[in-house]
Amino acid sequence: VSEHPDPAGGHSATAEPGARHAGAGPRTYLVVATFLVAITVMEVWVFYIPALARVLVPILLLLSACKFALVAMFYMHLRFDHAWFSYLFVAPLLIATGLAVALLWVFHVFGTTGLPPGGGG
Amino acid sequence: MSVTTVERSPSHAPTLAGLPLGRAGMWWFLSSEIMVFGGLLGSYVLARLAHGGWQEEMTHLNARIAALNTLVLVTSSLTLVQAHAAADRRDQQAARRFLWATVGLGLLFLCNKAWEYSGEIAHGFTPATSTFWSFYYTMTGLHGLHVAAGIVVTLALAIAAGGPRWPRVRHRVEYAGLYWHFVDVVWIAIFTLVYLIQ
Repeated sequence: VSEHPDPAGGHSATAEPGARHAGAGPRTYLVVATFLVAITVMEVWVFYIPALARVLVPILLLLSACKFALVAMFYMHLRFDHAWFSYLFVAPLLIATGLAVALLWVFHVFGTTGLPPGGGG
Repeated sequence: MSVTTVERSPSHAPTLAGLPLGRAGMWWFLSSEIMVFGGLLGSYVLARLAHGGWQEEMTHLNARIAALNTLVLVTSSLTLVQAHAAADRRDQQAARRFLWATVGLGLLFLCNKAWEYSGEIAHGFTPATSTFWSFYYTMTGLHGLHVAAGIVVTLALAIAAGGPRWPRVRHRVEYAGLYWHFVDVVWIAIFTLVYLIQ
Protein backbone atom coordinates (compact mmCIF):
# COMPACT_ATOMS: atom_id res chain seq x y z
CA VAL A 1 0.00 0.00 0.00
CA SER A 2 1.43 3.31 -1.03
CA GLU A 3 0.18 6.48 0.51
CA HIS A 4 1.09 10.04 -0.13
CA PRO A 5 0.75 12.43 2.73
CA ASP A 6 -1.61 15.29 2.18
CA PRO A 7 0.19 18.62 2.09
CA ALA A 8 -2.78 20.42 3.59
CA GLY A 9 -3.81 17.88 6.13
CA GLY A 10 -5.86 14.75 5.82
CA HIS A 11 -9.18 14.64 4.06
CA SER A 12 -11.12 12.51 1.66
CA ALA A 13 -9.86 11.96 -1.87
CA THR A 14 -12.84 13.89 -3.09
CA ALA A 15 -11.37 16.98 -1.44
CA GLU A 16 -14.82 18.27 -0.67
CA PRO A 17 -16.96 18.49 2.43
CA GLY A 18 -19.36 15.64 2.98
CA ALA A 19 -17.66 13.73 0.21
CA ARG A 20 -17.51 10.32 1.82
CA HIS A 21 -20.25 7.95 0.84
CA ALA A 22 -21.28 6.16 3.98
CA GLY A 23 -22.87 2.81 3.31
CA ALA A 24 -21.05 2.09 0.06
CA GLY A 25 -17.73 0.29 -0.04
CA PRO A 26 -15.75 -2.20 -2.12
CA ARG A 27 -17.87 -5.11 -0.95
CA THR A 28 -21.11 -3.29 -1.81
CA TYR A 29 -19.74 -2.46 -5.25
CA LEU A 30 -18.88 -6.11 -5.82
CA VAL A 31 -22.38 -7.24 -4.81
CA VAL A 32 -23.92 -4.63 -7.15
CA ALA A 33 -21.67 -5.82 -10.00
CA THR A 34 -22.80 -9.40 -9.37
CA PHE A 35 -26.43 -8.31 -9.66
CA LEU A 36 -25.66 -6.35 -12.84
CA VAL A 37 -24.02 -9.36 -14.46
CA ALA A 38 -26.87 -11.63 -13.34
CA ILE A 39 -29.48 -9.28 -14.77
CA THR A 40 -27.57 -9.01 -18.06
CA VAL A 41 -27.41 -12.80 -18.32
CA MET A 42 -31.14 -12.93 -17.53
CA GLU A 43 -31.86 -10.39 -20.28
CA VAL A 44 -30.02 -12.44 -22.88
CA TRP A 45 -31.65 -15.62 -21.58
CA VAL A 46 -35.24 -14.32 -21.90
CA PHE A 47 -34.34 -12.89 -25.31
CA TYR A 48 -33.82 -16.43 -26.66
CA ILE A 49 -36.97 -17.98 -25.13
CA PRO A 50 -39.79 -18.01 -27.73
CA ALA A 51 -42.45 -18.69 -25.08
CA LEU A 52 -41.75 -15.28 -23.51
CA ALA A 53 -42.10 -13.37 -26.78
CA ARG A 54 -45.42 -11.83 -25.79
CA VAL A 55 -44.11 -10.40 -22.53
CA LEU A 56 -40.55 -9.83 -23.69
CA VAL A 57 -40.74 -6.04 -23.96
CA PRO A 58 -42.02 -5.34 -20.41
CA ILE A 59 -39.60 -7.90 -18.94
CA LEU A 60 -36.63 -6.34 -20.76
CA LEU A 61 -37.66 -2.81 -19.83
CA LEU A 62 -38.04 -3.83 -16.19
CA LEU A 63 -34.66 -5.57 -16.09
CA SER A 64 -33.01 -2.63 -17.84
CA ALA A 65 -34.58 -0.20 -15.36
CA CYS A 66 -33.21 -2.32 -12.49
CA LYS A 67 -29.68 -2.14 -13.92
CA PHE A 68 -30.03 1.57 -14.56
CA ALA A 69 -31.18 2.18 -10.98
CA LEU A 70 -28.43 0.02 -9.46
CA VAL A 71 -25.68 1.90 -11.30
CA ALA A 72 -27.19 5.31 -10.52
CA MET A 73 -27.84 4.58 -6.84
CA PHE A 74 -24.64 2.77 -5.89
CA TYR A 75 -21.91 3.53 -8.45
CA MET A 76 -22.99 7.16 -8.96
CA HIS A 77 -23.71 7.36 -5.23
CA LEU A 78 -27.12 8.98 -5.64
CA ARG A 79 -28.47 6.88 -2.80
CA PHE A 80 -25.97 8.41 -0.37
CA ASP A 81 -25.44 11.83 -1.90
CA HIS A 82 -27.23 15.13 -1.61
CA ALA A 83 -30.83 15.04 -2.92
CA TRP A 84 -30.10 17.86 -5.36
CA PHE A 85 -27.90 15.54 -7.43
CA SER A 86 -30.82 13.12 -7.73
CA TYR A 87 -33.00 15.98 -8.94
CA LEU A 88 -30.34 16.95 -11.48
CA PHE A 89 -30.37 13.37 -12.73
CA VAL A 90 -34.10 12.68 -12.70
CA ALA A 91 -35.40 16.04 -13.97
CA PRO A 92 -33.85 15.82 -17.46
CA LEU A 93 -34.84 12.15 -17.61
CA LEU A 94 -38.47 13.12 -16.98
CA ILE A 95 -38.26 15.95 -19.52
CA ALA A 96 -36.80 13.65 -22.18
CA THR A 97 -39.35 10.92 -21.44
CA GLY A 98 -42.23 13.41 -21.36
CA LEU A 99 -41.10 14.87 -24.68
CA ALA A 100 -40.95 11.41 -26.26
CA VAL A 101 -44.40 10.47 -24.95
CA ALA A 102 -45.82 13.79 -26.15
CA LEU A 103 -44.38 13.22 -29.62
CA LEU A 104 -45.75 9.68 -29.69
CA TRP A 105 -49.15 11.10 -28.83
CA VAL A 106 -48.96 13.88 -31.41
CA PHE A 107 -47.87 11.46 -34.14
CA HIS A 108 -50.81 9.13 -33.47
CA VAL A 109 -48.72 6.20 -32.25
CA PHE A 110 -51.19 5.55 -29.42
CA GLY A 111 -54.05 5.27 -31.88
CA THR A 112 -55.47 8.70 -31.23
CA THR A 113 -54.69 11.92 -32.98
CA GLY A 114 -54.21 13.93 -29.83
CA LEU A 115 -55.42 16.83 -31.91
CA PRO A 116 -58.86 18.41 -32.17
CA PRO A 117 -60.91 17.46 -35.25
CA GLY A 118 -59.43 19.21 -38.23
CA GLY A 119 -56.48 20.32 -36.16
CA GLY A 120 -52.81 19.87 -36.88
CA GLY A 121 -52.95 21.56 -40.30
CA MET B 1 7.49 33.43 -10.20
CA SER B 2 6.58 30.04 -8.87
CA VAL B 3 3.12 28.68 -8.35
CA THR B 4 2.54 26.27 -5.52
CA THR B 5 -0.48 24.04 -5.60
CA VAL B 6 -1.67 22.48 -2.41
CA GLU B 7 -4.74 20.46 -1.59
CA ARG B 8 -7.64 22.35 -0.20
CA SER B 9 -8.82 21.54 3.24
CA PRO B 10 -12.48 20.52 3.53
CA SER B 11 -13.43 23.74 5.23
CA HIS B 12 -12.03 25.77 2.34
CA ALA B 13 -13.38 23.64 -0.51
CA PRO B 14 -15.58 25.71 -2.84
CA THR B 15 -19.30 25.07 -2.72
CA LEU B 16 -22.32 26.07 -4.75
CA ALA B 17 -25.38 26.70 -2.58
CA GLY B 18 -23.88 24.32 -0.05
CA LEU B 19 -23.13 21.63 -2.63
CA PRO B 20 -19.55 20.55 -3.41
CA LEU B 21 -18.66 22.62 -6.48
CA GLY B 22 -16.80 19.97 -8.49
CA ARG B 23 -19.50 17.37 -8.07
CA ALA B 24 -22.27 19.92 -8.76
CA GLY B 25 -20.49 20.93 -11.98
CA MET B 26 -20.17 17.33 -13.10
CA TRP B 27 -23.83 16.61 -12.40
CA TRP B 28 -24.83 19.75 -14.27
CA PHE B 29 -22.83 18.52 -17.25
CA LEU B 30 -24.39 15.05 -16.98
CA SER B 31 -27.87 16.63 -16.96
CA SER B 32 -27.15 18.13 -20.36
CA GLU B 33 -25.84 14.79 -21.54
CA ILE B 34 -29.06 13.10 -20.42
CA MET B 35 -30.98 15.49 -22.65
CA VAL B 36 -28.69 14.66 -25.59
CA PHE B 37 -29.05 10.89 -25.26
CA GLY B 38 -32.65 11.14 -24.03
CA GLY B 39 -33.60 13.09 -27.14
CA LEU B 40 -31.77 10.65 -29.37
CA LEU B 41 -33.27 7.54 -27.77
CA GLY B 42 -36.73 9.17 -27.68
CA SER B 43 -36.48 9.97 -31.38
CA TYR B 44 -35.41 6.40 -32.06
CA VAL B 45 -38.41 4.96 -30.20
CA LEU B 46 -40.75 7.37 -31.95
CA ALA B 47 -39.37 6.62 -35.42
CA ARG B 48 -39.35 2.91 -34.72
CA LEU B 49 -42.97 2.77 -33.61
CA ALA B 50 -43.98 4.97 -36.53
CA HIS B 51 -42.21 2.68 -39.02
CA GLY B 52 -43.63 -0.60 -37.76
CA GLY B 53 -40.70 -1.82 -35.70
CA TRP B 54 -37.79 -2.31 -38.12
CA GLN B 55 -37.81 -6.02 -37.19
CA GLU B 56 -36.14 -7.12 -40.42
CA GLU B 57 -33.21 -4.74 -40.04
CA MET B 58 -32.75 -5.60 -36.38
CA THR B 59 -32.23 -9.30 -37.09
CA HIS B 60 -28.84 -8.33 -38.57
CA LEU B 61 -27.59 -6.97 -35.24
CA ASN B 62 -25.29 -9.13 -33.17
CA ALA B 63 -26.88 -9.31 -29.72
CA ARG B 64 -24.15 -11.64 -28.44
CA ILE B 65 -21.35 -9.14 -29.02
CA ALA B 66 -23.55 -6.43 -27.50
CA ALA B 67 -24.17 -8.62 -24.44
CA LEU B 68 -20.43 -9.23 -24.13
CA ASN B 69 -19.85 -5.48 -24.39
CA THR B 70 -22.45 -4.91 -21.67
CA LEU B 71 -20.53 -7.21 -19.36
CA VAL B 72 -17.28 -5.45 -20.27
CA LEU B 73 -18.74 -2.02 -19.51
CA VAL B 74 -20.37 -3.17 -16.27
CA THR B 75 -17.03 -4.63 -15.17
CA SER B 76 -15.26 -1.39 -16.09
CA SER B 77 -17.74 0.52 -13.93
CA LEU B 78 -16.85 -1.80 -11.07
CA THR B 79 -13.10 -1.23 -11.54
CA LEU B 80 -13.55 2.54 -11.67
CA VAL B 81 -15.73 2.69 -8.58
CA GLN B 82 -13.12 0.53 -6.84
CA ALA B 83 -10.48 3.02 -7.98
CA HIS B 84 -12.56 5.77 -6.39
CA ALA B 85 -12.82 3.78 -3.16
CA ALA B 86 -9.05 3.14 -3.22
CA ALA B 87 -8.35 6.84 -3.81
CA ASP B 88 -10.67 7.66 -0.92
CA ARG B 89 -8.70 5.43 1.43
CA ARG B 90 -5.42 6.77 -0.07
CA ASP B 91 -4.30 3.45 -1.50
CA GLN B 92 -2.41 4.79 -4.49
CA GLN B 93 -1.24 1.45 -5.87
CA ALA B 94 -4.72 -0.07 -5.82
CA ALA B 95 -6.20 3.06 -7.39
CA ARG B 96 -3.62 2.89 -10.17
CA ARG B 97 -4.32 -0.80 -10.82
CA PHE B 98 -8.06 -0.23 -11.01
CA LEU B 99 -7.65 2.81 -13.27
CA TRP B 100 -5.48 0.86 -15.71
CA ALA B 101 -7.99 -2.01 -15.63
CA THR B 102 -10.73 0.48 -16.52
CA VAL B 103 -8.67 1.79 -19.45
CA GLY B 104 -8.11 -1.77 -20.67
CA LEU B 105 -11.79 -2.67 -20.42
CA GLY B 106 -12.78 0.55 -22.20
CA LEU B 107 -10.41 -0.29 -25.04
CA LEU B 108 -11.81 -3.82 -25.17
CA PHE B 109 -15.31 -2.34 -25.50
CA LEU B 110 -14.21 -0.15 -28.41
CA CYS B 111 -12.40 -3.07 -30.10
CA ASN B 112 -15.54 -5.21 -29.87
CA LYS B 113 -17.59 -2.33 -31.23
CA ALA B 114 -15.17 -1.80 -34.13
CA TRP B 115 -15.30 -5.51 -34.91
CA GLU B 116 -19.10 -5.41 -34.85
CA TYR B 117 -19.14 -2.34 -37.12
CA SER B 118 -16.75 -3.96 -39.59
CA GLY B 119 -19.01 -7.02 -39.89
CA GLU B 120 -22.09 -4.89 -40.44
CA ILE B 121 -20.40 -2.67 -43.01
CA ALA B 122 -19.03 -5.76 -44.79
CA HIS B 123 -22.62 -6.95 -45.16
CA GLY B 124 -23.60 -3.63 -46.71
CA PHE B 125 -25.24 -2.02 -43.69
CA THR B 126 -24.00 1.55 -43.57
CA PRO B 127 -25.58 4.72 -42.14
CA ALA B 128 -27.00 5.41 -45.60
CA THR B 129 -28.73 2.02 -45.87
CA SER B 130 -31.93 2.95 -44.03
CA THR B 131 -33.33 5.09 -41.23
CA PHE B 132 -32.75 2.28 -38.76
CA TRP B 133 -29.06 1.95 -39.59
CA SER B 134 -28.72 5.71 -39.51
CA PHE B 135 -30.12 5.74 -35.97
CA TYR B 136 -28.02 2.73 -35.02
CA TYR B 137 -24.71 4.24 -36.12
CA THR B 138 -25.57 7.66 -34.66
CA MET B 139 -26.49 6.32 -31.22
CA THR B 140 -23.76 3.72 -30.88
CA GLY B 141 -21.20 6.01 -32.54
CA LEU B 142 -21.96 8.91 -30.19
CA HIS B 143 -21.81 6.51 -27.27
CA GLY B 144 -18.49 5.15 -28.55
CA LEU B 145 -17.08 8.68 -28.70
CA HIS B 146 -18.10 9.15 -25.08
CA VAL B 147 -16.35 5.90 -24.16
CA ALA B 148 -13.23 7.13 -25.99
CA ALA B 149 -13.35 10.43 -24.08
CA GLY B 150 -13.74 8.53 -20.82
CA ILE B 151 -10.72 6.38 -21.68
CA VAL B 152 -8.59 9.50 -22.26
CA VAL B 153 -9.60 10.97 -18.89
CA THR B 154 -9.08 7.68 -17.06
CA LEU B 155 -5.74 7.17 -18.79
CA ALA B 156 -4.58 10.61 -17.63
CA LEU B 157 -5.57 9.71 -14.07
CA ALA B 158 -3.87 6.30 -14.31
CA ILE B 159 -0.65 8.00 -15.41
CA ALA B 160 -0.99 10.56 -12.64
CA ALA B 161 -1.52 7.76 -10.13
CA GLY B 162 2.02 6.59 -10.84
CA GLY B 163 3.60 9.92 -10.01
CA PRO B 164 3.94 12.59 -7.37
CA ARG B 165 0.98 14.65 -8.67
CA TRP B 166 -1.46 12.07 -7.34
CA PRO B 167 -2.40 13.79 -4.05
CA ARG B 168 -3.42 16.88 -6.00
CA VAL B 169 -5.52 15.10 -8.64
CA ARG B 170 -6.94 12.02 -6.96
CA HIS B 171 -10.26 13.73 -6.15
CA ARG B 172 -10.86 13.78 -9.90
CA VAL B 173 -11.35 10.00 -9.86
CA GLU B 174 -14.84 10.64 -8.52
CA TYR B 175 -15.70 12.99 -11.39
CA ALA B 176 -14.26 10.60 -13.97
CA GLY B 177 -16.29 7.86 -12.30
CA LEU B 178 -19.55 9.79 -12.51
CA TYR B 179 -18.98 10.33 -16.22
CA TRP B 180 -18.02 6.71 -16.82
CA HIS B 181 -21.04 5.34 -14.96
CA PHE B 182 -23.26 7.66 -16.96
CA VAL B 183 -21.79 6.21 -20.16
CA ASP B 184 -22.55 2.78 -18.67
CA VAL B 185 -26.24 3.56 -18.04
CA VAL B 186 -26.57 4.97 -21.57
CA TRP B 187 -25.26 1.67 -22.92
CA ILE B 188 -27.71 -0.23 -20.71
CA ALA B 189 -30.53 1.69 -22.41
CA ILE B 190 -29.08 1.22 -25.91
CA PHE B 191 -28.53 -2.49 -25.33
CA THR B 192 -32.16 -3.03 -24.37
CA LEU B 193 -33.85 -0.68 -26.84
CA VAL B 194 -31.73 -1.38 -29.90
CA TYR B 195 -30.41 -4.93 -29.53
CA LEU B 196 -32.93 -6.85 -27.44
CA ILE B 197 -36.39 -5.41 -28.08
CA GLN B 198 -37.11 -6.66 -31.56
